[in-house]
Amino acid sequence: MDKFHKILSSAIPLPIENVDTDQIIPARFLKAVERKGFGDNLFRDWRYRKDSTPNPDFVLNNPKYSGTILVAGKNFGSGSSREHAAWAVYDFGFRVVVSSFFADIFKGNVLNNGLLPIQVPEDFLTGMFGTIEKNPSATFEVDLETQTIRNNSLGTEFKFDINPYKKECLLKGYDDIDYLLSLKKEIEAFEMK
Amino acid sequence: MEPTTLFDKIWDAHVVNKIEGGPSVLYIDRHFIHEVTSPVAFSGLESRGLTVFRPQNTVATPDHNVPTIEQHLPIREELSRKQVETLTTNCERHKIPMYGLSHKWHGIVHIIGPELGITQPGMTIVCGDSHTSTHGAFGAIAFGIGTSEVEMVFASQCILQPKPKKMRINVEGKLGKNVTSKDIALYVIAKITTSGGTGHFVEFAGSAIRSLSMEARMTLCNMSIECGARGGMIAPDETTFAYLKGREEAPKGAAWDQKVAEWKKLKTDENAVFDTEYTFDAADISPMITYGTNPGMGVGVEGSIPTGDDLTGSDRATFLKSLDYMGFKPGEKLKGKKIDYVFIGSCTNGRIEDFRLFANYIKGKKKASWVTAWIVPGSKQVEQQIREEGLVEIMESAGFALRQPGCSACLAMNDDKIPEGKYAVSTSNRNFEGRQGPGARTMLASPLMAAAAAVSGMISDPRE
Ligand code: SF4
Repeated sequence: MDKFHKILSSAIPLPIENVDTDQIIPARFLKAVERKGFGDNLFRDWRYRKDSTPNPDFVLNNPKYSGTILVAGKNFGSGSSREHAAWAVYDFGFRVVVSSFFADIFKGNVLNNGLLPIQVPEDFLTGMFGTIEKNPSATFEVDLETQTIRNNSLGTEFKFDINPYKKECLLKGYDDIDYLLSLKKEIEAFEMK
Repeated sequence: MEPTTLFDKIWDAHVVNKIEGGPSVLYIDRHFIHEVTSPVAFSGLESRGLTVFRPQNTVATPDHNVPTIEQHLPIREELSRKQVETLTTNCERHKIPMYGLSHKWHGIVHIIGPELGITQPGMTIVCGDSHTSTHGAFGAIAFGIGTSEVEMVFASQCILQPKPKKMRINVEGKLGKNVTSKDIALYVIAKITTSGGTGHFVEFAGSAIRSLSMEARMTLCNMSIECGARGGMIAPDETTFAYLKGREEAPKGAAWDQKVAEWKKLKTDENAVFDTEYTFDAADISPMITYGTNPGMGVGVEGSIPTGDDLTGSDRATFLKSLDYMGFKPGEKLKGKKIDYVFIGSCTNGRIEDFRLFANYIKGKKKASWVTAWIVPGSKQVEQQIREEGLVEIMESAGFALRQPGCSACLAMNDDKIPEGKYAVSTSNRNFEGRQGPGARTMLASPLMAAAAAVSGMISDPRE
């Protein structure tokens, strides 16, 4: 897993609620046996028209918007456990997803892939959407060390929650398997009980 | 001793280690795998130079991609074939038992686990699939995991998990005629919303739940994930033991008696505290149908789509977007709406009891001429039983054909896709945009609702 660094970036807005994993990546694109290229099909059915040409109305096709932060409506990532959803978001180039609420499995999956989910209060989220609407190149700062996200235009800041263990993993680029392997003896002892 | 919940008892008995301020290391008793979420985990494992730590605690079956006709032929679609082949070679290399397409025990992963007695009370069970919650019906902690976690279980038979909060949902009283556990599920999700259970593990309790068969309990626990919960469970009882007894992998002889004695202790103590608790009256539940694009958008069949007048801002926009996709208007009645497709199957409603309900309803009636129906058993054993009980003849004389087992139109990774704009009454679990094919319009319901729709060609009340 890549280490998570401080981020200063503009953000891409997706002010839709209950975006489920089938929208993030539809099932018909889950047929690969390798973990790559999923970013091409991120939000596939919103991003492309039936004839596979880009849908100009969809935000990812609008050159006004760019950045490594995705800002999404409430209850992002509900539905399936497919980690392909996390891979697609990461592979597209996002490093942070901001929403006022995340589905559990999705949250766990993104954390295991070096992508930071930041849960913010409803008004902070609305503030972010408003800022981006006014100025698509407005920037936001994310510092995992101090657990803060800052809206530079409004000068507002929010201190977000993250499990201390997961924070350590992200900052150092460690993954859980290294840790579990170091516990082999305890696991075997547990099995004998 | 402090009173504890069923969930606590099983969880605490499986904690190998706890990280200070972090997740627990949870030991996993059974790991189910399928072709879609395992290949990357296998290659990750191999790139670390590891093999599967406890292959005998792992069971594999290809289900998501497989065709539901002519399963004896090689899979035509190349990518699907490759995923299934990859699963086969990975299982051979790592000595994992696999029930492939030609095997008499083949089927959807959440159908075959219970059917073979692999799923047992008190276990921890995971699978790279959110509907792993199904197995909770046996009084097990069962939940879906991502591919990174699949790799963790391969490597160590453990995963790191924060302990979820606990919720109890009580359903008391008697269910009305032709109201099923699928209706309980859709009713509860409509009440508490698709995020109401987030962060929680649910225990279903109450007299209405106790009276359910194992098949019906599985349907309910299967859908628990759709309210956002990590999983759902029901304390084991005589119904559970009777279902398990004599199954392939269930304990036998003296071991059986000993296990049953242990399983009887698996229940929530009186006065145990839940973080959240709900109580519903079974008599309030009608046969349910969804009208929108998440499983929480459901109403009783006699009801109407909400007007959405009480919604504001993004909530209202989301609601209208969903109705627009479905081709419905706020406040409309659903009964009498013409439909095009019916799908009976999936890990939610692909068990023998579901096909009995369906066959019983359609007996002596005829399928509406404009309806296409896909009747897909959840496993080879279910298919076999459908044949033995003479349900195929009933279906055939009503104009329905039986297909072969797999996930099929539940997520439309194979050829069973609902065409764009068409309405499907489906016994599966998700009505997300495009779930059953690009542009498909899914309405979730019980097998009885599906039967009534298949025969009348429109949304109908199975009580009439
Ligand atoms: S039947 Fe549907 S929900 Fe169940 S495992 Fe298959 S795809 Fe998932």
